[in-house]
Amino acid sequence: MDFAELVRGFPELTTTGLVQGAIYALIALGYTLVYGVLRLINFAHSEVFMIGTFGAIWTWAVFGLDSNSGAPSVPKALLLIALAIVAAALLSGSVALLIEVTAYRPLRRRNAPPLAFLITAIGASYALMELMGTLTQRRQVGAPALLPTKTVISIGGWSITPVQLLTLVVAVLMMVGLDWFVNKTRFGKGIRAVAQDANTAALMGVNKSRVIALVFVLGGLMAGVAAVFSDMKSGNTRYNIGFLLGLKAFSAAVLGGIGNLRGAAIGGLLLGLVENYGSALFGSQWRDLIAFVVLIVLLMFRPTGLLGESLGRARA
Amino acid sequence: MLLEIENLKLLYGRIEALHGISLHVDQGEIVALIGANGAGKTTTMKAISGLHAISGGSIRFDGTDVSRLRADLRVIRGIGQSPEGRGVFPGMTVLENLEMGAYTRRDKADIAKDLAMVFELFPRLAERRKQAGGTLSGGEQQMLAVGRALMTRPKLLLLDEPSMGLAPKLIQQIFEIITRINEQGTTILLVEQNAQQALSRAHRGYVLETGRIVKEGTGQELLHDPAVKEAYLGVA
Repeated sequence: MDFAELVRGFPELTTTGLVQGAIYALIALGYTLVYGVLRLINFAHSEVFMIGTFGAIWTWAVFGLDSNSGAPSVPKALLLIALAIVAAALLSGSVALLIEVTAYRPLRRRNAPPLAFLITAIGASYALMELMGTLTQRRQVGAPALLPTKTVISIGGWSITPVQLLTLVVAVLMMVGLDWFVNKTRFGKGIRAVAQDANTAALMGVNKSRVIALVFVLGGLMAGVAAVFSDMKSGNTRYNIGFLLGLKAFSAAVLGGIGNLRGAAIGGLLLGLVENYGSALFGSQWRDLIAFVVLIVLLMFRPTGLLGESLGRARA
Repeated sequence: MLLEIENLKLLYGRIEALHGISLHVDQGEIVALIGANGAGKTTTMKAISGLHAISGGSIRFDGTDVSRLRADLRVIRGIGQSPEGRGVFPGMTVLENLEMGAYTRRDKADIAKDLAMVFELFPRLAERRKQAGGTLSGGEQQMLAVGRALMTRPKLLLLDEPSMGLAPKLIQQIFEIITRINEQGTTILLVEQNAQQALSRAHRGYVLETGRIVKEGTGQELLHDPAVKEAYLGVA
């Protein structure tokens, strides 16, 4: 164990851990939202994210930028990032909605048992992954470097790159926005009502199908935003990128308390940090192992996750 | 006729729970549906509000057939319900629960007026407006469920066992409020195991036994019916 490495690299490990954690958290929200209202683990959510990573790269390609392009000016880069966020969020949101309408809704109409939903989720996930694999010849696709990677913003002894800073700022804004939407708006109240008691929600005039569609779209939007930052962080994407990232984001959602929005945010950030500290301590080849061992151990002590369920706290 | 049910049948899986019941509720009435546990009272309520699909017969409300209408659309037509078990949203405050009742309504001034009316009927709810629904006592939850149903501004208010689990004093109080709500112009269909209270407050009543209506009459007639007395009022 290399404590010296952990201590020496602590500030940087914290920054990179938070950035990775923010990406987990944004994806985790989609799992938790859908679970909250449907008690369904939407395994296809990882592919919603994956398609978003391509959506961003395609958007940049439309403007003639690929992995070989030089960095544009900063204002232009920010505009391109903003465009990619909108495009990827819309694409991921649409894919999520498409999955709900074509795969899950027909099952609900027929009162299918939970296992049918689970298998459908796994099937939809693989179908989308294979579809993108075939379309992209299973090749890695590079993203343009938009923001200068060398420049570092330093505050005191702590430093952060522009991409990292932007990731954290946008992720926090998205999470605060979602929290506000769910807790303060009329549609948000509808979501919470269905999560807490779907039948009574119908007696209040809430259209359950519409609420379900809404949570899929919201989850997709969040995943789309995460996708853009994933592209910028790793500089590329691949048809199977969703598999491990999705699994970790799902774990983060469970870690925080599945069905709980703030739990998903905290779980994501925590997972990012633990992974980073752990790989400094034990070596980076242990990264994924550490993440899942922590998950298993933590759940032993807090089976409902750190914050417990909240969207659906209601169900007795 | 505000509500007219004809030959209503309903299946739970392969088991028929309602074998063709017919009943009606006129504008301005309180109608009580009494019966033992498992007679089909709550099932009838679910059929009327649309929470459970029917397998035969028809439900007409306010002049139109609503038999196949989704539950949330029936609320908009004017069917409000306080469900069995109260269905309070435990993670929402009292105020949020009441606001959920007004989910389909847009007129803020109107909603505020109804909220004031509910708080006047149930001062207890006003005191607890910031408290989470799940932390209320049984009686308070019952008041919240009835108040919330009123917030949908129903033409017909369905009350499923409003006295269940309440202390005798509270039962008396909740029935007094039900009478007041009716006097203010809301038609009420009431499902109750407490036949004594329900029939003495109701204009008319029906007796439900294993999925069939076996008796109907005015509240007073049923209260004095020897068979009803023996089976539901605990007097021989």
